Amino acid sequence: MHPAGLQLTPGIFLPMSEVKAVIVKFALHRFQVRMISVSVKVHRPNSRSTITQVTQNAIIFVEHSFNMHWTSHYFSCELWGKNSGNGYRMKSWDAIVIGAGHNGLVNACYLQRAGLDVLVLEKNDWIGGAATSRSLTPGFLYSNCSYVCSLFRPEIMRDLELPRFGLQVISYEGGAVFTQDGDYLANYRDHHAHRREFARFSPRDAEAYDRYARDVTRQCRFIQPLLMRTAADPTSFRPRDISELMYLGKKFAGLGATEMADTLRFWTMSISDFLDEYFETDVIKANFALSGIIGTALGPMSPGTAYVLLHHYMGEVDGSVGAWGYARGGMGAVTKALAASFEASGGTIRTGVEVDHVLVKNGSAKGVVLVDGEEIQGKMVVSNADVKRTFLKLVEEKELPDIFLRRVRNFKMRGSSGKVNIALDSMPEFPALPKDSPVYRGDMHFTDSVERMERGYDDWKAGRWSADPFLDMVIPTTLDPTMAPPGKHFMSCFVQYCPPKVEGKEWTDADRDAFGETVISQIADYSPGFRDRIIHMEVRTPRELEAEVGLTEGNIFQGELTFDQLLFNRPVPGYAQYRSPVGGLYMCGSSTHPGGGVMGAPGRNAAAEILRDLSRGTKHMSPAHDVI
Amino acid sequence: MKHSDPKKLLMARAASQDHFRTPRIASPFQPRIEALMQTEEWYDWAGYKAPLSLWDEELEYFAIRSQAALFDISPMVKYRIEGPDAEAFLNRVTLRDVRKLKPGRVHYTAWCNDEGHVLDDGTLFRLTSDRFRLCSQERHLPWLLDSGIGFDVNIIEETKSIAALALQGPASFAVLRDAGFNGVDALKIFDLAEFEHDGENVTISRTGFTGDLGYELFVDQKLALSLWDRLWQVGEQRGLRAIGYAALNRARLEAGLIVANSDFITAEHAIRADRVRMPDEIGLGFMIDMEKPHFNGRRAIQQARANGGLRHVLVGLEIEGNIPAEHAIVYHQGKREIGLVSAAIWSPMAKRNIALASLERPYGDTITGDLWVEIYAMRELRYQKLMKRAKVVPRPFIKLDRRTANPPADF
Repeated sequence: MHPAGLQLTPGIFLPMSEVKAVIVKFALHRFQVRMISVSVKVHRPNSRSTITQVTQNAIIFVEHSFNMHWTSHYFSCELWGKNSGNGYRMKSWDAIVIGAGHNGLVNACYLQRAGLDVLVLEKNDWIGGAATSRSLTPGFLYSNCSYVCSLFRPEIMRDLELPRFGLQVISYEGGAVFTQDGDYLANYRDHHAHRREFARFSPRDAEAYDRYARDVTRQCRFIQPLLMRTAADPTSFRPRDISELMYLGKKFAGLGATEMADTLRFWTMSISDFLDEYFETDVIKANFALSGIIGTALGPMSPGTAYVLLHHYMGEVDGSVGAWGYARGGMGAVTKALAASFEASGGTIRTGVEVDHVLVKNGSAKGVVLVDGEEIQGKMVVSNADVKRTFLKLVEEKELPDIFLRRVRNFKMRGSSGKVNIALDSMPEFPALPKDSPVYRGDMHFTDSVERMERGYDDWKAGRWSADPFLDMVIPTTLDPTMAPPGKHFMSCFVQYCPPKVEGKEWTDADRDAFGETVISQIADYSPGFRDRIIHMEVRTPRELEAEVGLTEGNIFQGELTFDQLLFNRPVPGYAQYRSPVGGLYMCGSSTHPGGGVMGAPGRNAAAEILRDLSRGTKHMSPAHDVI
Repeated sequence: MKHSDPKKLLMARAASQDHFRTPRIASPFQPRIEALMQTEEWYDWAGYKAPLSLWDEELEYFAIRSQAALFDISPMVKYRIEGPDAEAFLNRVTLRDVRKLKPGRVHYTAWCNDEGHVLDDGTLFRLTSDRFRLCSQERHLPWLLDSGIGFDVNIIEETKSIAALALQGPASFAVLRDAGFNGVDALKIFDLAEFEHDGENVTISRTGFTGDLGYELFVDQKLALSLWDRLWQVGEQRGLRAIGYAALNRARLEAGLIVANSDFITAEHAIRADRVRMPDEIGLGFMIDMEKPHFNGRRAIQQARANGGLRHVLVGLEIEGNIPAEHAIVYHQGKREIGLVSAAIWSPMAKRNIALASLERPYGDTITGDLWVEIYAMRELRYQKLMKRAKVVPRPFIKLDRRTANPPADF
């Protein structure tokens, strides 16, 4: 039946029998109507759809949120236009972005604002990837993957007008490591409070902190300007690569002789060795070591972990350097603002559509094919999925060079962490803390020595989750009232270590529950009555993270941040500039430089490269902030 | 923390958990200072709530120069260094020859890291042959402890437990004498002695940061208030005033004295590799004793001196006119940028426009002529740009005979 024969107006009921034969899902975009085949997608309402409910024999249309009003008249006219001639013509998008994670959306925003017609495809019914807020129990919102915000580049927030689209980040003031003897070591924002707190444990270490902070700051200052630049290809003799290498060399030469030596050591040494050079107290070392192992399948005593720490120091909240905060409304607020910015500039997002593979013709990407067989044409494809998913699942092997495939297979993206999200009936108490302590509003930990962390890693190596895991626990509702009903709280626990397989076998639900129990019992040791406060709990092992978020092995960084996988080696030497062996297929996820965290830099840098290939301007992209 | 019993250790730690509620702590003299405070202008001195001014910055300055001024120096970082090897240890750490520092004497010194970059300057008090007190702007416990390896020496930070006052100005001696510190007249400049107070000891040294006649008093913090009161009672007739840092800062600049992390950046805080300074680059070369046994930074200093590795020089400038040149850029021949003014005032004592500046050698060193400073004076929302001639002059900018006169004069 011809679709134009239907009179569609908002709010009318259509008999299902009539609809079945026609194209039932449509989206309005820039005065065009695009037609998409009949499928299950109808019953997956999302913010872009005009269809919000499906009954046995009717689809209910309600008002929708497009930036123009559509009428039945307009709708049918357009359809006629499209269908004149030999059937309907498929629209070819300027760019198709696979995955509505923060990097995918950042990328899509920049491309759309450059005048491209961009489609973002998201397999889940919701957007956000690992930066998402989910309501899994009534009244509560979970930041159920990433949970704190600091690294997101302010240049991107500005370019994409994210504050205008609702993004607000609230920085928190403290944090602590609980010690097994009933005390705690807090981190305070005030320099002197911080020193006095450390002096409770060691006056020497308290004063050593300044030297530590100076050295870490020096390393950050070296790395930070590289975040928003495409890494140079050292094998290339193109002028821009040479000039980029010279920039790097010049920056390196700008370091003193001692700092140069320090830099090389810093990039290769273990966080434990690094901290031993400054501190002597277990709990103080544990306090800093945690930043070196988060999201990494390495122990604090493994070489290369010092750099991971650096990665976590380069953030800021609204200009407050090094600060961490909560996105108001959960981490989904970041991607929600990005999506709003994207749509306001005319971009299209489709949720609930899983890409089966990238359509490659004559070595170039021409679009994607969805799992249900629908083909979407695009002049280029940008993958926000990790490098393994992109090239081992979405592209046929025959399209890729052998050595590239081997490198992708060997790219380290090991599952090392899990996540437990908890809805609490009331605020948990930690008797070790004074009642008015700002620590309640910050990040809390229970691992008070580097050795305990390393033992946790030993369990992981044996294929088990840590019996005594390392937790990064926050209660965002202490500062953000929007995530839980009044008086109730949302608690997020990042848990390390957690293996991708349990002793070589796939995770079972029983394993997952036992893993959750390990976490709860650790918290309960420090917080009497904790169990009784639990209303609802979501336990996510690498199995769930991979299945839902699409992160291979649940690796939060889409590949570990060790020096062998950074800069021009990320993700694959020779392909570190967001391009791939397939023409028109780009990468924009955390697998690419500068790596993971809710930073947005990979998405932005990839957009810059794409626009360069299209000879389009990048005036809408702010240059990286000065580091002087 | 010297407890070996873990329970006691925990109790000691837990007892100090509450500090987070008062990030700016009170000095032992706080009740007296709060009582006199009118302007409510405070600043953060090493984590203490310290007065920037109490009632009138300018009048407070004149109290230093023509009356007597009481300035709380309790927040100054203080280390007690004692033991059989204390002298040898300090001789190794600091630039001057500590063997020449007799018990009962004080000297102004500085210390460097192995690259010869200045970690801080400060005063070293030799209380007895094997007991010292080191006072400084910044904190150095890890550096001192690490340097102490192999020496039989005990290093304890005593900033909180020792209260200290600077009593400065022409009438300062008279105040001490009237307060009954008999024998204080015998103290020559840089002498120290113990005096009785409330059955305990107060250490009084003839030292200060003003270039004027003056003394510094160190006492156990529990005696702080009674010491203050003892001085205050007799001070009334001598015009004794409590002052804040703003007034002191003027006086110290007239005296040509430098402040760490204000006139130079200390090595442990310098993030940018080129900001560190050797003693010769900040006017502290005179301290270096190449004849004494090895000290930290010696080799690097020697090499820099031999190979032209000294890139900067800190100089005193006299600038024409009367507009202070704070943070002005210094030029040679009005064109070439050669440095920066770190502190500047119009000096009421010298009646001149004075400044401290860091210049790039050879300017300020062998080339001292044709120097200019560009002053941006903000006046009613407009910069009045002035290019003024500057000349290098010796420090201190003022020299007061009363500072060193013996016996000290009774004003």
